[in-house]
Amino acid sequence: MLTSYLPVVLGLLILYSFVMGRRRIRVAADAQAVRPHSQFGYYGLYVALWCGLPALIVVLAWLMFGPVIVDAVVMSSLPDQVTAGLDSAKLGLLEAEIKAIAGGVVFGEPSAAVVAAAERLNSLRGISSTAMFVVVVCVALGAIAYSRRRVAPDFRARNKVERTTFWLMVLCSVIAIVTTVGIVLSLLFESFRFFQLVPFWEFLFGTTWDPQMPIRADQVAAEGAFGALPVLAGTVLISVIAMLVAIPVGLLTAIYLAEYAPGRVRASVKPVVEILAGIPTIVYGFFAVLTVAPWLRQMGAAIGLDVAPNSAMAAGAVMGIMIIPFISSLSDDALHAVPQSLRDGAAALGATRRETIIQVIFPAALPGIVGGILLAVSRAIGETMIVVMAAGLIANATANPFEAVTTVTVQIVTLLIGDTEFDSPKTLAAFALGLMLFVITLGLNLVALTVTKKYRERYE
Amino acid sequence: MNEATSHAGSVSVQHAHDVTGMPTKVHAREVTVHYGEKQALFGVSMDIPANSVTAFIGPSGCGKSTFLRCINRMNDTIDICSVGGRITIDEQDIYDPSLDVVQLRARVGMVFQKPNPFPKSIYDNIAYGPRIHGLVRSKSDLDGIVESSLKRAGLWKEVSDRLSEPATGMSGGQQQRLCIARAIAVSPEIILMDEPCSALDPISTAHIEELIDELRENFTIIIVTHNLQQAARVSQMTGFFHLGKLIEYADTGDVFQNPQHSMTEDYITGRFG
Repeated sequence: MLTSYLPVVLGLLILYSFVMGRRRIRVAADAQAVRPHSQFGYYGLYVALWCGLPALIVVLAWLMFGPVIVDAVVMSSLPDQVTAGLDSAKLGLLEAEIKAIAGGVVFGEPSAAVVAAAERLNSLRGISSTAMFVVVVCVALGAIAYSRRRVAPDFRARNKVERTTFWLMVLCSVIAIVTTVGIVLSLLFESFRFFQLVPFWEFLFGTTWDPQMPIRADQVAAEGAFGALPVLAGTVLISVIAMLVAIPVGLLTAIYLAEYAPGRVRASVKPVVEILAGIPTIVYGFFAVLTVAPWLRQMGAAIGLDVAPNSAMAAGAVMGIMIIPFISSLSDDALHAVPQSLRDGAAALGATRRETIIQVIFPAALPGIVGGILLAVSRAIGETMIVVMAAGLIANATANPFEAVTTVTVQIVTLLIGDTEFDSPKTLAAFALGLMLFVITLGLNLVALTVTKKYRERYE
Repeated sequence: MNEATSHAGSVSVQHAHDVTGMPTKVHAREVTVHYGEKQALFGVSMDIPANSVTAFIGPSGCGKSTFLRCINRMNDTIDICSVGGRITIDEQDIYDPSLDVVQLRARVGMVFQKPNPFPKSIYDNIAYGPRIHGLVRSKSDLDGIVESSLKRAGLWKEVSDRLSEPATGMSGGQQQRLCIARAIAVSPEIILMDEPCSALDPISTAHIEELIDELRENFTIIIVTHNLQQAARVSQMTGFFHLGKLIEYADTGDVFQNPQHSMTEDYITGRFG
């Protein structure tokens, strides 16, 4: 198809326009025997930017709105008797069927009108992509022609290029922000729909979580209960266990690496510890389910303790191991950033290494360490795969680490797995849980920022 | 060259007793320092008199700071550094394996080139040393040490009403005087100063120089400086180092007005360095 050549054609055009712009200013400068305002390359860049940017914008716009328009045209061209009496959901199904047929997937025996619509869709798509190619190339050529005429020795190409780069960078940073806002908004809207079905306070402070919705009205356990407290309690319990494992181990690792280890040891140990962070979480999940949980159960049995097969302890401990590198690496960086002069100062007063570390180095590095820990907490709360594999499914508000608990992330996964309808409270509850997670981690990040800022003011 | 150095050393011993009339506090013989393969100090021998100010001068990289850091064994903190020869303080060998380096550093305080207050309050900075050495039994004892140390460092009037504020909020000159007060608080016998004024403005420098002169009464002070006028102003004894060797060591007046060695003369008249 023509469109697949578009990137190549556009790339060549941009390259050509750069070379052309540079040559043109060189010729013009020689002819008038003057020094141009900017270096030659800037004129090339100027023309190249003019060639590339508008074309890129047209491509993006076309990709975004083209299919929508094509679909709308196809749907509106359907005969009235086909669409008569269909609500928006049925229309959506019809549209999906047409698209499937256009893609070559035929279910059953579609009506002639639908087949015709599918053919029309295919031909319109072809026209659209050809048109896009033509329009984009025209835009690029037109922009080259326009910008080419402005290339002259007294034209301030450098300033234009700098200005454009500035706005490009602003645009890129806006993309991240807009995406975040988009995600938050979609969470908010779906959660809002959920809270129309289930009262907000019941969700927040309800103590029963049992999201099975009845299929028949007279079914046993006919009511879904959406009290998030026990789920949240599970997340908190597992995160606390994880942090109890990760904070001491991670911090002591960091202190050893930063203060005691010879440079050679540090250079080899630090990357090895960081490998822990690179192990896929599903592997940790195996480890928790197949190694740690049975081991805990045996140990428990040996001392007469009843340990659930999918205990909070197993999931939390393994999660803690996964998080060690976050804490050790960030704390090590923070400790390392404390100036050597403070160590010398303490040593010159006759402080031992341990006294120096506890009383001088550690407080000075505290903001960085707290930041690392809070980041690790956010990570623990949001961690999914280990708990899906190793923690339980039944919501259980308990503080006993040897019982099975479930977590927010596990519940989101189970709510959204399988055939789901997007208007039942069961499915929408996933968004409410997601929103809750988001609010918690956001809160933690804010706390981390404030703590860091406050201590920085005090310590620098 | 070794011969010349030891010669200079023996000359200095006589001068030391002649000029200050004080007994020898620090006694160094044939001190050598290696950083890995590189030798930084070649057989330095000198006797440093008690209750006086001894200045080390010389161009950058001449070994004067290296020698200074041998006296409280700060070089121990550098892995590749090895020290040879013999240094005694009050006739006790400080490189004796049975000696506790922590106790040595309580006796030999140090002030660094850049002020390095701890990121704590002014009070806690001074109280740090007495606390770790268990010098005090009660809070009021500690208050007393903090106050007297700050007074001796000439800082009390400026900070008495803000002892709980962070030390890092003070000016550079105040920070350096705080570091001196911090060193004094442990009641050392010797205070080493490694270019204590090089990061300070002229007014703060004048403050510190006055302070050094006052402190001489109670402490033995050894100061490394790049500033020749400063050495001439504050010290009684001056040692000139060059390329890791002690070229000349005599009383300050002699070194500046009647140098025995042509290299010393070249340096103090500004012909090199």
